Amino acid sequence: MYRYNEFDKAFVASRAAQFRDQIERWQDGTLSEDAFRPLRLQNGWYVQRHAPMLRVAVPYGELSSAQLRVLARIAREYDEPEAEVYRRALEAQRKLGTVRLPTHHAHFTTRTNVQFNWIPLSKAADVMDLLATADMHGIQTSGNCIRNISCDERAGVAPDEIADPRPFAEIMRQWTTLHPEFAFLPRKFKIAITGAKDDRAATDWHDVGLRLVHDAKGDLGFRVAAGGGMGRTPLIGVVLREYLPWRHIMNYVEAVVRVYNQFGRRDNKYKARIKILAKADGERFIDEVEEEFRQIVENDGGPHTIPQAEFDRMSAYFVVPSRAAACRAADPAAAATLQAIAKQTPPLQRWLERNVAPHKDPSMRIVTLSFKRPLQAPGDASANQLERVADLADRFSAGEARVTHTQNIVLPWVHADDLLPLWHAAVAVQLASANVRLLTDMISCPGGDFCALANARSLPIAQSIMERYQDLDELNDIGEIDLHISGCINSCGHHHSGHIGILGVDKDGEEWYQVTLGGADGSARSGDARPGKVIGRSFAAHEVTDAVDAMLRCYLALREQNGERRETFIETVRRVGLDPFKSAADAIRATAEDLA
Amino acid sequence: MKTVARILLLDAQAHAEDSTTPARVLALPNDADPHAYAAEIAGAARVELHFPAFTDGRAYSQAYLVRRRLGFKGDLRATGEVLVDQLLPMERMGFSSAVLGAGIAVDEAQRQLERFGAFYQGDVVREAPFRESARGMAASD
Repeated sequence: MYRYNEFDKAFVASRAAQFRDQIERWQDGTLSEDAFRPLRLQNGWYVQRHAPMLRVAVPYGELSSAQLRVLARIAREYDEPEAEVYRRALEAQRKLGTVRLPTHHAHFTTRTNVQFNWIPLSKAADVMDLLATADMHGIQTSGNCIRNISCDERAGVAPDEIADPRPFAEIMRQWTTLHPEFAFLPRKFKIAITGAKDDRAATDWHDVGLRLVHDAKGDLGFRVAAGGGMGRTPLIGVVLREYLPWRHIMNYVEAVVRVYNQFGRRDNKYKARIKILAKADGERFIDEVEEEFRQIVENDGGPHTIPQAEFDRMSAYFVVPSRAAACRAADPAAAATLQAIAKQTPPLQRWLERNVAPHKDPSMRIVTLSFKRPLQAPGDASANQLERVADLADRFSAGEARVTHTQNIVLPWVHADDLLPLWHAAVAVQLASANVRLLTDMISCPGGDFCALANARSLPIAQSIMERYQDLDELNDIGEIDLHISGCINSCGHHHSGHIGILGVDKDGEEWYQVTLGGADGSARSGDARPGKVIGRSFAAHEVTDAVDAMLRCYLALREQNGERRETFIETVRRVGLDPFKSAADAIRATAEDLA
Repeated sequence: MKTVARILLLDAQAHAEDSTTPARVLALPNDADPHAYAAEIAGAARVELHFPAFTDGRAYSQAYLVRRRLGFKGDLRATGEVLVDQLLPMERMGFSSAVLGAGIAVDEAQRQLERFGAFYQGDVVREAPFRESARGMAASD
């Protein structure tokens, strides 16, 4: 992992002091509400439906156990609203049907950040100071700037990796942090990076998507795409360069962002993302970026060319942690014991199949702790759970954990011999749901229970589906499927990329849900990134789970067996098209109407 | 680290009373591409870049192009909605003067310029620290 040096520490402390001063000037009226808003947003502070929300940056998803403990402490000591705020929030949500609003929790987001819903603004500066003690902050987790960079959750440990993307992710983190030219872009700007063959970072859905590749000579570089994005107009990134030498990546990204800063639309916030510019200008956009890049290198002297020494300095942070490197070879006897116990213990067997993945080191495994279970929202973690995850990371994963964009936690350095004790420990804290990549491993935004932008609640839909599908045999029979839920068109729940996407819409003050089918995040199992298609008019809240169920039944009836291998949901959708699914879902709608 | 001239903070009156010959002042529209004004910029004593709102960041990119790309050595001035919390990025992008909005005290603005010891990335006036230290070693003799 990257480790903060004196420079980083001083920098984050300066930022915390600056924000404290800005809060004070806002409180005494020297700083107007309008002038303060972008500043607090660029420090991760939103004002939400009921209370402020803090979004803490987790650069490229990596967390140490020490950082997890500080997050746990913030959840425990600060994620608590004033009594009156909470009373009013509950009163408002009860009218919609929500009876529980958890406090003392953190929430993992689809940008691999961590959010807190209830910290009073009066404690904001103290929390930022506390975060700084663990080398954390909320810098650029919101606002019209370059946001936290997301990455492959298996970076540095995946067997299918071409090169570790984290040294580049860290170079980019430093380059983007308080970049003076790009703090007030037309709109937010998101970068994702992967170094693996299988794109687990949804790079083509990003403003800039970077994939490490080799050229014909075997030299390392990037495939650069730009102009992807969700929201009102879902678009897939266009490839600007099939190959760019790695030394030039910051010069190139600077060219992309500068062209965007100059020519991106500022008259309409729904048309302000780079995707609109890239689509409207097409080839001209690519030409402008290329010309700007050429000028940066030839005229300006390539101010951001990465020297070999700087790359080496960064790479030195991302070596195998000493505790993992000291590990012994996997013990065949331990493996045999594990197999024997798993045979007698179906939940363990399921967990080994679903939550444990191969590692580039044959004696190690990548283990996913699932944050998708009944009675807790997808990606929610209590203070206690965060602390236990820190313990698990210390005991089993060299003190490292990763936040995934599917709102789980990955332990990247688990020895094969430790799987059994890890499973027992994970079960004890309800983090061993054996559902990774299955239906209940869904993505969901916080929706209308917390978010000021939401048109409808997401969490009750997630919970309803979670409750309906608790039978692991049934879930495994349905197989791998991406179900994504967003409470509004801003698409934080990535509904566009779900094999099944659910989007909350507001119709005359009532919550309705549009269903899309056939979306893909760009991973190997989903196929090329693409937005799903709407299958018809919206469903009422009480119809959504039935509609999902009907589409799943339709799949089970239509899927083909290819030798040993069963067609997955998304493969069937691609083969037969939307119509059978649409009819199946519509049939549910008719039934509901008949009953009414 | 080499010392860099600090951004000059002006109130509206000082800006109005500036003695620069008006003919040698070029005020670029906020949406102009500075490349198209290369000749005028070369002949100007002062270039003014405008912030119609402090949240409109186009003038930062214009500043880069005027200073670094076109090598303008004269006074580069920020006008429009100039607030204290944006002075530091302006200075880093090569602005040499800024006209403060009404009611902003110069000493308060000055205080906000001293917030950070250094930054991660290179900007128009400074190299990135890792680059500067590498070069400093080579150039220290």
